[in-house]
Amino acid sequence: MTDSSDKIKKVSIIISKGSLDGIYPGLIMANGARMEGIEASIFFTFFGLYAILSKYMGHIGIATVGNPAMRVPHAKGFPLPTILGVLPGMSAFATAMMKKEMEKLDIPPIPEFIEMIHDAGGKIYGCKATVDMFHLKAADFCPQVDKVLTVGEFYALSAGGQIIFT
Amino acid sequence: MPQKTLGGVTVDVDDEGYMTTRAQWNRAVATALAAEEGITLTDAHWKVLEFIDKDFREKGVVPGMRRMNKVGNIPTKDLYALFPDGPIKKAAKISGYPKPASCV
Repeated sequence: MTDSSDKIKKVSIIISKGSLDGIYPGLIMANGARMEGIEASIFFTFFGLYAILSKYMGHIGIATVGNPAMRVPHAKGFPLPTILGVLPGMSAFATAMMKKEMEKLDIPPIPEFIEMIHDAGGKIYGCKATVDMFHLKAADFCPQVDKVLTVGEFYALSAGGQIIFT
Repeated sequence: MPQKTLGGVTVDVDDEGYMTTRAQWNRAVATALAAEEGITLTDAHWKVLEFIDKDFREKGVVPGMRRMNKVGNIPTKDLYALFPDGPIKKAAKISGYPKPASCV
């Protein structure tokens, strides 16, 4: 067990996108940090905030339009042209496929993942500017949200750590 | 391959101190491995270690956090309280199993 000064001790992860692929990387990194004994907090901003809104956090999907890497029916399948990505049910289908793969790897659904990170001692923050812009109230958030922060407060709490924007 | 003496037994370990020959593991070895991590094993710790052992024999991998929760009925909070700063890694090490290779 090394305790050298070049070890990362604290990370603050910003999640700014509201798609499944926009939210999961930040959650996996935050959870992974806690699993390594690294202090972790997540700051949800803009559409990323949907990951901590009780009513919507369980219904996050993948965007099938505007994603040139998107392939169907699996990761090494055929590219999905934008014109087909707009078809009704396409996003739901892609989301269901990906959720199935994540379930196999024991990657929890978003609400359960947020709870896991919170129980692991990770801090969950919302962005004040977005909360005001979207007219959100405390009751809209899942119970794991520790606080709604201004950017200034976020920087203050992130002092001495690494900030990761996703 | 490096070796070390734990609980009066000479065991094979890898560079990070994870045991490589599970047959050499016993409760005294576990107690010594736990002491290296600053942990004194209680019944609650043993419940975790026993679940890892049972699950590893079944699946061939150290269970992740979610499996510990759902199958082992061990809450996340308890795991972090019992094995601070890296619950799965520490519990795997004390159980005599390899370092977990999963991201979640």
